[in-house]
Amino acid sequence: MTMKTSLSNDTLSHLFRLEYAKMTAVLCHYFGLKYMEIAEDIASETFLKASENWAVNGIPENPTAWLYKVAKNKTKDYFKHLAIFENKIKEAIRPEEIEEEKSFDFTQKIIADSQLAMIFSVCNPSNAIEVQICLALQILCGFSVEEISNAFLTKKETIKKRLFRGKANMRNDNFQIKTLYESEIHSRLEAVLKTLYLLFNEGYFSQSNDYLIRKDLCSEATRLAFILTENPLTNITQTNALLALFCYQSSRINARIDDEGEAILFEQQDKSVWDRQLIEKGNYYLVNACTGNEVSKYHLEAGIAYWHTTPTDKNKWNHILQLYNKLVLIEYSPVTALNRTFALAKVYGNKQGIEEAEKLGLADNNYYYSLLGYLYKDIDIQKAISHYKTALIQTKSKAEKSVLTRQIRRLTGIEESCPIFQFDDYDEVRELHHGILCESKSR
Amino acid sequence: MKEFILIFKNTHTVGFKPSPEQMEERMNWLAGIAAQNKLADKGNTLSPVNAKIVKAVNAATDGPYTEIKEYISGYMIVKTGTIDEAVEFAKANPILKNGGCIEIREVITLN
Repeated sequence: MTMKTSLSNDTLSHLFRLEYAKMTAVLCHYFGLKYMEIAEDIASETFLKASENWAVNGIPENPTAWLYKVAKNKTKDYFKHLAIFENKIKEAIRPEEIEEEKSFDFTQKIIADSQLAMIFSVCNPSNAIEVQICLALQILCGFSVEEISNAFLTKKETIKKRLFRGKANMRNDNFQIKTLYESEIHSRLEAVLKTLYLLFNEGYFSQSNDYLIRKDLCSEATRLAFILTENPLTNITQTNALLALFCYQSSRINARIDDEGEAILFEQQDKSVWDRQLIEKGNYYLVNACTGNEVSKYHLEAGIAYWHTTPTDKNKWNHILQLYNKLVLIEYSPVTALNRTFALAKVYGNKQGIEEAEKLGLADNNYYYSLLGYLYKDIDIQKAISHYKTALIQTKSKAEKSVLTRQIRRLTGIEESCPIFQFDDYDEVRELHHGILCESKSR
Repeated sequence: MKEFILIFKNTHTVGFKPSPEQMEERMNWLAGIAAQNKLADKGNTLSPVNAKIVKAVNAATDGPYTEIKEYISGYMIVKTGTIDEAVEFAKANPILKNGGCIEIREVITLN
């Protein structure tokens, strides 16, 4: 069912992935969710044919048009095939929604409508959130099982099971993919935004070393959020806030990883690599997000990300602190609590930061010790080292281990020239968020 | 975990508006409790103006806030193991700097 290609060209596989997702959405739109397999089979066969044909004859001038033409023909073939067996098995397999194949086409509008409907059918509340994300990756983003399992450091079998279970639920759901009803949009939009948020975070904070896939997760989440802003029914302020957040975060994506794939912490990032265009886009969507009175967690996170991409303002950290204050009141999480404490220390000094940090009651959290290590480093070097060591024992992340080790070496004087570890990009801290899809935590 | 309600009593004249700095200070205090995951309900501010008191004998009267020293200005609920912990939270509230006080009562849920 998944698309496979022997063509290693990145652009080509990107094109395949994107077009596969669009094609599946349009086909499902016509066939109905009950017959998802038929849609997926036609799409897969189309891409198989493309990879065979293109390898011999070269890539056609307009690859997208080529693909759609083949898919259209395959759909026609399917109907011919259906007609032959009509008497015998018509009742059993004929999709109810399809009247005649003439109505079938791939126009921009149909693609956009189908994809939007697909987003909402994937975010089916009867599926657990990690299942929704796997479905989103396969159906909406055209990822293969292998790519999904690489992205989440999870066994292929587990991913397959999730997809199987998820699709069964999608088929049994009475969701009308043909017409997207306003009531359904309202009842599912929150789940849709959350799925996209987690999809992005998995890319941004994941421990997977597959940097390209991680980047793809981010750009796919951004693309899907963008689709939501294109439709008046889904273009609410929260959607804009979410997209603003994605833009701000993505603007730093190329600055976060060095050539060897090692994480570069916020303070060491080459700010000239930050993508100004994406920051501008973030500003645009954040302004849109602020047209109403609503302040969601996406608004607050976008606000924080805005301050992180903004050149030093003398009140920057107080703005960030106030946003974290609001965020922790909306939704407690250890990460938010830690990041808030970091911001507080930036505004009121490390001493007060330590006082607040020690009240957090997060003794089982390695970031808690990283934070204390950081806060103590100018006050009590021995305590700082001891906290960093505790963090080192507790963390499972390779990247985190290497950062902590360097830090300890620096504090003990073994290494002098290593970069100063700053705990201050909330991004870095939020690696903790990672892992809702990891096997150890799966249901 | 038990729940304790913190009842804020103010002595400001009606119409008092805190400065942005005072609001930030209060926000830092409140979020500090939330960051410990010990905030059960961030509560509300109570209007000192749109207020009535109902007694059995007389008809409803306007709130008597100009006559008494302090009036209830708001409330919130924390979840802590002991009342002492709730007291520690209250002690750090900036209202105390301005002559206000805080009453703490355990919330008892009736079954």
